[in-house]
Amino acid sequence: MSDLRVIEISDQYTPIAGRVLAELGADVIVVEPPEGSPHRRRPPFVDGDPGLDRSLRWWGANAGKRSVTIDVDDSAALELLRRVIAGADVVLAGSDRVAGDRLRYSELSSEHPGLIWVSISPFGIGSARADDPVTDLTVLAGGGPIWNCGYDDHTIPPMRGSGDQSANIGGMYGAIGALIALAHRDHTRVGQIVDVNVTAACNVTCEQTTYHWLVNQAVCLRQTGRHAYPRRSSPVQVLCADGHYATTGVLPRKPDEFTRLLQWLSDLGLTEELPEAFFLELAAGRDEPVDLAAIGEDEETTAILSAARDAMRLIASHLPAKEFFLASQRRGFPAGAILPPHEAFDDEHSVARGMHVPVAHPELDRTVIYPGAPYVFGGSPLTPPTRAPLLGEHNGIVHSLADDIAR
Amino acid sequence: MTGALSHLRVCDLSGQLAGAGATKILAAFGAQVIRVEDPVSRGLWDALRGVGPYVDERRGVDLGAGFNNHNAGKYGVTINLRTDEGKQLLRELVAVSDVVCENFAAGVMENRGFGYEDLQRIKSDIVYVSNCGFGHSGPYRDFKTWGPIVQAVSGLTYTSGLPDTEPAGWGFSYMDHGSAFYMTVAIMAALHHRERTGEGQHVDLATVPAGMAMLPTEILDWTVNRHMTQPSGNRADFDEYAPHGIYPCAGADRWIAIACRDDREVALLAKVLDEPTLTADRFATLPQRLASVTELDAVVGAATASRDAPTLAADLVATGVPASVVKSPAERIDGDADLTRMGLFPSVTHPDIGKVRVEGIPMTFSATPWHLDAGAPKLGQHNDEILGKLLGHDAQSLADWAERGVI
Repeated sequence: MSDLRVIEISDQYTPIAGRVLAELGADVIVVEPPEGSPHRRRPPFVDGDPGLDRSLRWWGANAGKRSVTIDVDDSAALELLRRVIAGADVVLAGSDRVAGDRLRYSELSSEHPGLIWVSISPFGIGSARADDPVTDLTVLAGGGPIWNCGYDDHTIPPMRGSGDQSANIGGMYGAIGALIALAHRDHTRVGQIVDVNVTAACNVTCEQTTYHWLVNQAVCLRQTGRHAYPRRSSPVQVLCADGHYATTGVLPRKPDEFTRLLQWLSDLGLTEELPEAFFLELAAGRDEPVDLAAIGEDEETTAILSAARDAMRLIASHLPAKEFFLASQRRGFPAGAILPPHEAFDDEHSVARGMHVPVAHPELDRTVIYPGAPYVFGGSPLTPPTRAPLLGEHNGIVHSLADDIAR
Repeated sequence: MTGALSHLRVCDLSGQLAGAGATKILAAFGAQVIRVEDPVSRGLWDALRGVGPYVDERRGVDLGAGFNNHNAGKYGVTINLRTDEGKQLLRELVAVSDVVCENFAAGVMENRGFGYEDLQRIKSDIVYVSNCGFGHSGPYRDFKTWGPIVQAVSGLTYTSGLPDTEPAGWGFSYMDHGSAFYMTVAIMAALHHRERTGEGQHVDLATVPAGMAMLPTEILDWTVNRHMTQPSGNRADFDEYAPHGIYPCAGADRWIAIACRDDREVALLAKVLDEPTLTADRFATLPQRLASVTELDAVVGAATASRDAPTLAADLVATGVPASVVKSPAERIDGDADLTRMGLFPSVTHPDIGKVRVEGIPMTFSATPWHLDAGAPKLGQHNDEILGKLLGHDAQSLADWAERGVI
């Protein structure tokens, strides 16, 4: 997407959209106030030392971009920003207006009808709540994801996972909105404004909790390590020999799967420890797969699947989580070790997939390993990003950007 | 109505939410998305066809509401790829498509004779996007996943929960959504590349790395600072804020999310809660609050426990403190004026299910709004329209193929 110039007026929910477009090769210029985007002040910092160019939150969401600072209270600078936007294909912003209402999509688009303007904001353009303060925690609580996450014990509060996921969800929709609007413009030369409502985005990122409500007004409730559901389901996470957990995925159904499960128990010398293995033998000798829908209704089916679960739990208790995951997958039983992020990232498969991307940080005299992109483009390979920009690092280009209206 | 993507045709062999969630977005913007399903297994490779929720007591592959939700607005044909005639039909469909996408395990398409090189021979500029857990390369390419496994091995599950106990994880297939986001981006980016160069390509998307891409700061904190992310309940990542948590309110299982971003907001929280302890000297600064965070959270929780959650959230937000009820499905789906205004949950009409609400797209486009009014296709619903009218086969051929199990 190297033909694409994106001007990101840095706002609470713009960074991930800009980074995703930058990963794809777009020329993304992040516009900041002279004192820097608030994201630059967010922890953690390199070596724990705060600094506007040392925030890893900033690095992770702004790799591959260039930074210019513009003081919108200065009328000449504001005019410069207007011209910079005029030369852009896409604007990413937190509203339909920036610079304290002084630059509006409605005005700019009349002069530049091909302009694509993507607003990414907590409640959408024109919301009565537009000025309400939010963080990732409150958006995920109000949008729905948190309702689904937590423990069987409902005296423990619902849980929020790490990673500023509302920023990822809203940012991904921002990138998708920009690209769909671009496809339209590729065919018609007509731009438009795209209004991404991050609360709405989180709301439709809750999987079955939403459609259980939409069709039956059924309420899914949180359960430890498994899907929130209207009824209590059986545990799927197992404690492994090293104290870590694994998730066991879908239980065996077909006769040959039960045969392989019995073999695994036997290979580990665990058959005698599982009296219920009898039911696995029963299932292995059947002609037909076990009908999961009969759980709770048919006694034998219920016993078979309970035995399968017990078998997995027993096997897991004798293996470290990572080993259980690998052995389980290699024996044809989809499962996953619950890995901490650093172990997930350093895993041999992540390395083989090119997720370890060395990025030079000459200002620190270091090369830093950044997480790469999750896709491999066969015909237009992605190039490694430049490091996240220093504050105002590219102010020198701002006049040439402003003169580039012919684009 | 002409949509942003009305010029596109997608030959969609994907399913579940991880694939169907992407092509639903394309369909909503006007692309002709044609789901290709297997008549022999009655489309049940996509397990959602055969599971609830259902709107009434009827059961069957055309009645699953989850399938309907994820496939609204698409066309559906059946093609038996075990037969030579079926393979020829798919070739004909590929030849008139812009995009082929799928989320089978790695190798499935090649084994059927529809790897990228085969597709390219059929249509030289085809955009082919594959989407599976570990991708088409690397040591784990043959492993199988579903949402909770992806979340486990990418690091996401580990970060959600209390310290030193079993992870709570994500109570839904969050990474099915994440996978669909990245798949949409991949398709649209490859189409833009084709628009510029005339060249198609294969994009190999791997969902586990996509999960890691959702944790960039956590990964950088490891590669830069060798700091390992640990679960910390609902406390702020990297000690950014305190208090920051989900606290009990009056009523059964009622919770409020509160985040104080600075000392001023702590003072405002103290005032709204009428809890002067929060302004004690030992809580004066963020480092002090973090040093006594267990006590701090207990003070906040004791003060919120008797409060009505919506009233307290409104009072806090009005003073400038980020807060939100942990909203139930009813509250977030039917109680949000902004979502009603944007029409986030449209009703679609399905031939068998009837009129039912589905999730829409959380973006508002000024020139080319998305549109969903048809439900998901019944199995083979559009065989006549697509295989007959589009590909030019006569009724006699279709009848013959249906009788012989080709379609």
